[in-house]
Amino acid sequence: MEHLSVVAQGVSMTLLLTLSSLLFGAIGGIPLVLARRSRLALVRFTARALIELLRGIPPLAWLFIIYFGVGTGVIELSSFAAAVIGFGLVSSAYMAEIYRGGLTAIHDGQWEASDALGLSHAATLVTIIGPQVLRVSIPAAATFAIGLLKDSSVASVIGVQDTIYWASHESTVTGDAIVPFLWAAGLYVAMTIPCAWATRLLDAKLRKRVAR
Amino acid sequence: MTFFNDWVDYFPDLLGGLGVSLQLTLVTLLIGLPAGLVLALAAGSKKRVVRVVAIGVIEVGRGTPALVVLQLFYFGLPTAGMTLTSFVAASLALAFTTAAYTSEILRGGLQAVPSGEVEAAHALGMARGDILRFVVIPQGIRIAIPPLMGFAIMVFQATSLAYTIAMPELMSQAYSIGSITFRYLSILTLAGLMYALITIPASSLSNFVEYRLARHR
Repeated sequence: MEHLSVVAQGVSMTLLLTLSSLLFGAIGGIPLVLARRSRLALVRFTARALIELLRGIPPLAWLFIIYFGVGTGVIELSSFAAAVIGFGLVSSAYMAEIYRGGLTAIHDGQWEASDALGLSHAATLVTIIGPQVLRVSIPAAATFAIGLLKDSSVASVIGVQDTIYWASHESTVTGDAIVPFLWAAGLYVAMTIPCAWATRLLDAKLRKRVAR
Repeated sequence: MTFFNDWVDYFPDLLGGLGVSLQLTLVTLLIGLPAGLVLALAAGSKKRVVRVVAIGVIEVGRGTPALVVLQLFYFGLPTAGMTLTSFVAASLALAFTTAAYTSEILRGGLQAVPSGEVEAAHALGMARGDILRFVVIPQGIRIAIPPLMGFAIMVFQATSLAYTIAMPELMSQAYSIGSITFRYLSILTLAGLMYALITIPASSLSNFVEYRLARHR
């Protein structure tokens, strides 16, 4: 049990990193999905290329590029800041694709109705379509968030003191290379279960407010 | 211009690393996919014990980060008397995660096979094993191919984690060149682009296959 108290120190960092990156991605995904659906071919193409690159390069490679590449030459970055930027950028791309799926789920009639009521395109997007897209995107975003929680363990490689960081630390200090990692595994599983449960609840509540 | 000079100079070294990453992906899939099929069949078994054990393995495998499994296999198993090389440890650890995830994909595919076909096979007097082998599995796998291809791309990306156990794959090659030359930005960017060079065409291929298979149903 003495291992558990050390390994559990990292839980708050894992949660903080996951939530910060998710927030970054939830906001960053909005301009990306709008650009992805732009009327200008050049904007559309650039957004698409950006999304493909962000998703096609492993998160560890992004963290290295930001932490060692940008962080040592251009501007100084803490490992936490580099991790949030890295995971945040990758999340923006995934969230943009999730929003895109959400947009197709909104009935075309709503665009037409807003148009008939004399609402501008921007006003329709902000007040009518946007809020509904956010709601229908929740299940996919939750699945992504649970994946992100586990992927965030990669940040330990650049020195972020999260759950697995403390497990490796404990195993080096005590020489026990099995039990601390098993505790870490248990903690990650324990963190994902309430997440899945909470999102099912939230989804059921918010889904009621989407027009069919 | 130094950016491009670096790229020309160090491309061959990184190419070797990319080869190791691809090898690791292949071995992981060769072990993980059959194991995933076994888990998928076991999770749908009539025997309760088999079913519970299989679902337990799947949930633990999907709930635990691949990095934790990797560290456990590489650093943990030697203390239990099993010393593995970094390549073997990495392929076994990633194969475990792969098996857990692909079993769910395969289970979805197997369930998508119309139950009427299974009933028809029963009516024709086929044995249960034969029904699985000749009716359910071939069609189930076919349905599961596009998501499996998508997962294979994630496995390729996940091989970068083997950096942490000192395996000479693409990421560790790039990092070690970076730490010698201090040209982190250019080398790491090149490494990132080399990953993208594989993953982006592969995901277009997977979209194409999905489109083609959907046409025939």
